[in-house]
Amino acid sequence: MLALQILVDGFAISALYALGATGFTLIFGVSGVLNLSHGSLMVLAAVAAWAATNELHVGAYLAALFGIGVTLIGAFATYFVVVRPLQTSRAIPKEETEIFVLTGTLLWGTMITELIAYFFTDNAKTVLPIVEGVVNVFGVRTPQNEIFTAIVCWVVIGLLWLIVNKTRSGKAVLAASMNPRGVTLLGFELSRIYVAIWAIYGVLAGIAGVLLGMFLGVSSYSAGPLTGSAFSIVVLGGLGSVSGSLVAAYVVGYLETVTAYMISPAYRFIPALLLLVVVMYIRPQGLFGRR
Amino acid sequence: MRNLFRSRVFWIALIGSIVALLLPLKVSGYILGLLTVAYYFGVFSMAWDLLFGFAGEVNFGPTFLIGLGAYAAGILNGYGVPVYPCIAAGAVMAVIGGVVLALPALRVRGPYFGLTTLVAVLIMMNLIVVFAGFTGGEIGLTVPDVLSVNADTNYYIALIFMIVSGVILYALSRSPVGLILQASGQDPVEAGALGFNVTKHKLTAFIISAFFSGLAGALLVFYMGTASVGTLVSIAVGVQVIIAAVLGGRRTIIGAALGSIFLIGAGEALRPFGELSTLIVSAIALLVILFVPSGLLGILTRGEEHA
Repeated sequence: MLALQILVDGFAISALYALGATGFTLIFGVSGVLNLSHGSLMVLAAVAAWAATNELHVGAYLAALFGIGVTLIGAFATYFVVVRPLQTSRAIPKEETEIFVLTGTLLWGTMITELIAYFFTDNAKTVLPIVEGVVNVFGVRTPQNEIFTAIVCWVVIGLLWLIVNKTRSGKAVLAASMNPRGVTLLGFELSRIYVAIWAIYGVLAGIAGVLLGMFLGVSSYSAGPLTGSAFSIVVLGGLGSVSGSLVAAYVVGYLETVTAYMISPAYRFIPALLLLVVVMYIRPQGLFGRR
Repeated sequence: MRNLFRSRVFWIALIGSIVALLLPLKVSGYILGLLTVAYYFGVFSMAWDLLFGFAGEVNFGPTFLIGLGAYAAGILNGYGVPVYPCIAAGAVMAVIGGVVLALPALRVRGPYFGLTTLVAVLIMMNLIVVFAGFTGGEIGLTVPDVLSVNADTNYYIALIFMIVSGVILYALSRSPVGLILQASGQDPVEAGALGFNVTKHKLTAFIISAFFSGLAGALLVFYMGTASVGTLVSIAVGVQVIIAAVLGGRRTIIGAALGSIFLIGAGEALRPFGELSTLIVSAIALLVILFVPSGLLGILTRGEEHA
């Protein structure tokens, strides 16, 4: 019984983690950028959807779309205002670009969360769920919203797979994540691929954020832990490897759920972190990393 | 020596120190208290800058070392150990922790080193909450003793500690060891080919950085009388240390201290803006990073050869 409960609960959480981490790892794979405003953008998505229902009084679907749209704009702003100027700046030596992008996106993320807290307070907010009610899955009472979350996550990940593997521009993105220099040599404009990748990222982070808001609720305090969990999943799976982060999301999701159920919710995050340290020492490139 | 008197950094540091030494005659106890904290953060940032600016290693977990020193000292003090042995124990503990962290972490390159240090902080935060019986958990640890009850004394302890640390770290960064560190940070393969033991030098840098971080952390605990995750260990604190160093001008050591004082001062000056003050400080820091990546000290020493 408990095992089934863990299986069902862990599945939805892991699917959400997987979706959140996919965009994050894609950006790293293509442009080497670790976007530390990731958690803030997810919170932005949820709060925008929440505000749409509570201030503009729109329906649940429209609110979700609004949340995703706002996050897309936020992602573009992150790229054009912070990441790109830092990457192209002449005053910053090449080998230090990384730390500047990290610091810059971190500050940017702080600004986003502070603005949200200023306008909408830092109380926890729950987004109006699209589906409600409870069903029985293998004898476990499961909110339909949880099933909905898992399904949407996997459909979106499936769509992403199709885009990346079957369309021409998607293939260019995939190729760029494998070898950016090779792609430019083949005549693709790398800067266009970057814009495409940030668009994909914005949509993914938006969907993940809105779903998270429906499922668990968010506040501006969630931003840090969200970035942290995306970070650890991506490292565990191997920086830049999308399939790696999917597997890692499930490892982390289930590890957390098992710990929370079997030992205590207070210990929830510890086993995953310890696993992360062990992986770092034994296999620093992650489970499926290439470099 | 003549170079030293010609460099603007030296004069900035000298004038700054003299002004700081005379401040207690003029300003209120409240401002002295703020500056006292700022000086300890200055040491955190300078220690971080030695590792980043010179060894080229991004330590995302300065608070791991700070927290080790602070909590080791605080917990020992709870068992009746006098203040100064506790502070020494804090520094030793941070060095031990630093070695344990650095030995395996230095095997990996680039972002992985930073990630390992970040994870160390996350684990430490969780452990502090789990072992709340020892550490006070989320509420924080209250230590029985303090350095001094006199605001002026506390101020001078912090100031002199910062100046001494600054002189040692700055001298180290300009010494042959500092040059080797800089070389291994920029091109480890070539530095290794020239016969320098890159790992050994980086480990040394890490140990020195850990020593000063732990010492400052322990002192700060006995100044504040408490230690908590929110004030000493959380990622946000680590970020403040890093931002201060980048803002002040990385690879300058002294800039890191200036950055810390600026950050705490700016946070205070913007207090009337209430909740927006963090936003404004972040925005200013972002603008500096975008437009003046060499930092505050970079502006002041513009045109000099070794900025």
